[in-house]
Amino acid sequence: MSAYSNTISRAVTTYKRTSGSGRPTLHKLLLHAVLLVFAVAMALPFAWMLFSSFKPLGEIFMQPPKLLPQDWNVEGYRTAFSGADFVRGFWNSTYIAVTVTAVSLLTSAMAAYAFARIDFWGSRGLFVVFLATMMVPGQLTIIPMYIIMGWLGWVDTHAAIIVPPALFNAFGVFLLRQYVKGIPLELEEAARLDGAGRIRTFVSIILPLLRTPLTALGIFTFLGQWNNFFYPLIFLNSSDKFTLPLLVNQFKGMYASDWPALMAATTLLAAPMLIVFAIAQRQIVEGVALSGSKS
Amino acid sequence: MALLTAGSGTRAQPGSRNHEVHRSRRRRPRGDNVAAYLFLAPQLLGLVVFMIGPLLFALVLAFYHWDGFGTRSFAGLSNFADVLSSPRIRRSAVNTLWFTLLQVPGLMLTGFFFAVLMQRAGKLTPVYRLAFFAPVITSSVAVAAIWLWLFNPDISPVSNALRAIGLPAPNWLQDARFVIPSLAVVGIWQGLGYMLVMFMAGLQSINRTVLEAAELDGCSEWQKLRHVTIPLLSPTILFLSITSIIGSFQVFDYIYVFFGGTAPDSSRTIVYEVVQTAFSEFNFGEASALALLLFLALLGVTGLQLAAQKRWVFYSE
Repeated sequence: MSAYSNTISRAVTTYKRTSGSGRPTLHKLLLHAVLLVFAVAMALPFAWMLFSSFKPLGEIFMQPPKLLPQDWNVEGYRTAFSGADFVRGFWNSTYIAVTVTAVSLLTSAMAAYAFARIDFWGSRGLFVVFLATMMVPGQLTIIPMYIIMGWLGWVDTHAAIIVPPALFNAFGVFLLRQYVKGIPLELEEAARLDGAGRIRTFVSIILPLLRTPLTALGIFTFLGQWNNFFYPLIFLNSSDKFTLPLLVNQFKGMYASDWPALMAATTLLAAPMLIVFAIAQRQIVEGVALSGSKS
Repeated sequence: MALLTAGSGTRAQPGSRNHEVHRSRRRRPRGDNVAAYLFLAPQLLGLVVFMIGPLLFALVLAFYHWDGFGTRSFAGLSNFADVLSSPRIRRSAVNTLWFTLLQVPGLMLTGFFFAVLMQRAGKLTPVYRLAFFAPVITSSVAVAAIWLWLFNPDISPVSNALRAIGLPAPNWLQDARFVIPSLAVVGIWQGLGYMLVMFMAGLQSINRTVLEAAELDGCSEWQKLRHVTIPLLSPTILFLSITSIIGSFQVFDYIYVFFGGTAPDSSRTIVYEVVQTAFSEFNFGEASALALLLFLALLGVTGLQLAAQKRWVFYSE
C-alpha cells in the first residue's frame, strides 16, 4: 500500500512540474481503475474454474449463477481422480517437457556455437536452411512425421514426442547464435592459449556465459512442451501414455455434463503452471519476451 | 524487462564485424570442418530426419493418393483440385480468414492499449501483469475447457449477465454466426498478455529523450503517441502482426476441444480440415495438398507484409 501511495505521490510531483494541479491524481486513479477492472475481468474465468470445481453438481444450474460455492465439496476432484489417472498424466507431461528442454538446450547451444564461431564448409548455406525452416508450419510435416514414426515403431510411444523437438530447434539455434556472437572472442582465445580444446572452451567458457538466453529459451521450451496438445494428440493413443492436456481432453469427452468434475480436471491441468508463474513471474515474462523478440 | 534491453544491447553488430575481421586474417586451422560438424551433429540429424525429410515427403504426398498402408498411386493435381473445389474446405478457409480478421486487430489493439496504460502503472505493474499474462502460460486445453463452460447458454455467467441487462444471449458455439467471433474472444483472452509484454518491451526501449524533446516542443500526449511512439514501435508492430497472423491461420486446439471430431461446418478451420482429412479419413494425399496450400498462403501473406514494411516501418538504427 505504501508502494502505491509512493507511486502516486511521485507521479503527482512529476505531473505538477509539467502540468496544472488537480488533474494528475485523477488521471492516476482513472488509470488504476481501468487496469484493475480489466485485470479482474482477465482473472475471472480462472476464478470460475476454481470455485466451480468445489461446487456440488446441483449448484451448477442455479439461476442466477454464483461465483462461490454455497456447499463446498471435493466430489468433483473425487470423480476426476477416479475417472482418469491424473498423477500419471502429470508425471508424463513433466518428464517429457524436462527431457525435451534439457536435450534441446544442449544441442541448440552446440549448433549455435558452431555457427557463430567455427568457419566451416557450408556454414552460411546451412544457417539459411535452419532459418527458412522456421517458416514451415507444423501441420505440413505432421503427416510425413506420422508415417516416419510408423517406420521407426514410435507411434504411441513418448519417443515420438520427445526426440523430434529435442534434436531439432531452429529457433533455439538462431537465438543462441546471436548471443554467442556477442561474447568477446578474447575470452576464448585466452582459453585456447591455456591449451583448452573446442569442447573445453564450449563447456567452461561459452555455456556459462549463455546462462541468460539459456534460461529464457528453457522457460519458453518447457512451457511450449508442457502445454503442447497437437503433437501428443496425433502420436499417442493409449491413455496411460497421455500427457495432462490429452488426459483432460479425453476426460471432457467422458464427463461432458459433470461440470464440477470437468472443472476439477481443468484446475489440475492449469494450476501447476499458474503456481509456478505466480512464484517466478518476472523470469517467465522476461523469458517469453526475450525469446519472442529475437525471432 | 531490464534483461530484455540489456539483451538487445549485447546483440552487438560491432562484435560480429570484429569477428569477421578475425576470421579473414587467421588461417583456418585444419580439422575445423570436423569440429563444426561434430557440434552440429545432433541438430543436423534432427534437421534431416524431422524437417527436410518430412517436408520433401509432404511435397511428394500432395501429388499421390495414399492412405498410409495400401498402394500409392500418382494423383497429378487432383488432390489440389479436390481441395479447391470442396465447398466444406472453402467454408473452412473463409472461417479461418474471418477468425484472423477478428483476432489479429483485437490482439494488437488491446495489447497496445494496455501496454501504454501499464507503462504508467508504476509499482503495481507486476500485479496487473500477473492477471493479463496468466492465460498465456495456461494450456489451450484448459483455456478451451473453461470457455466451454462460459459459452454454455444454460449455465454461463456471461449469458446470464447479458440477459440480466436485457440483451439477448446467443448460443455462442452452436450459432453459426457467433462461433467464429467466440473463438476470437478466447484467442484474444489467451494471447493478449503476450502482446502486452512485447509492446511493453518495445515501449521501454524507446529513448526517453526523444519523448522529452517532443514534450518541450509542446506536443500533446496524443501527438507524442501518434508521431513518436508508434513510428518508433513499428518494428515491434510488424513482428507481432506477422507472428499473430501466422498463429491465427493455424488455430486448431480450441475447436478440437470444443467439438472433438465432429465440429460443425461453421466452426471448422483449415488446420482442423488437415487433421480430419489425414487422421480420420486417412487421405494423406489430400491433407498434404491442403497443408501445402496453407504453407503457401502463409508465405504469401508474410511476403506481402515484408514488402509493405518499407512504407511504414521505421528502424532507428
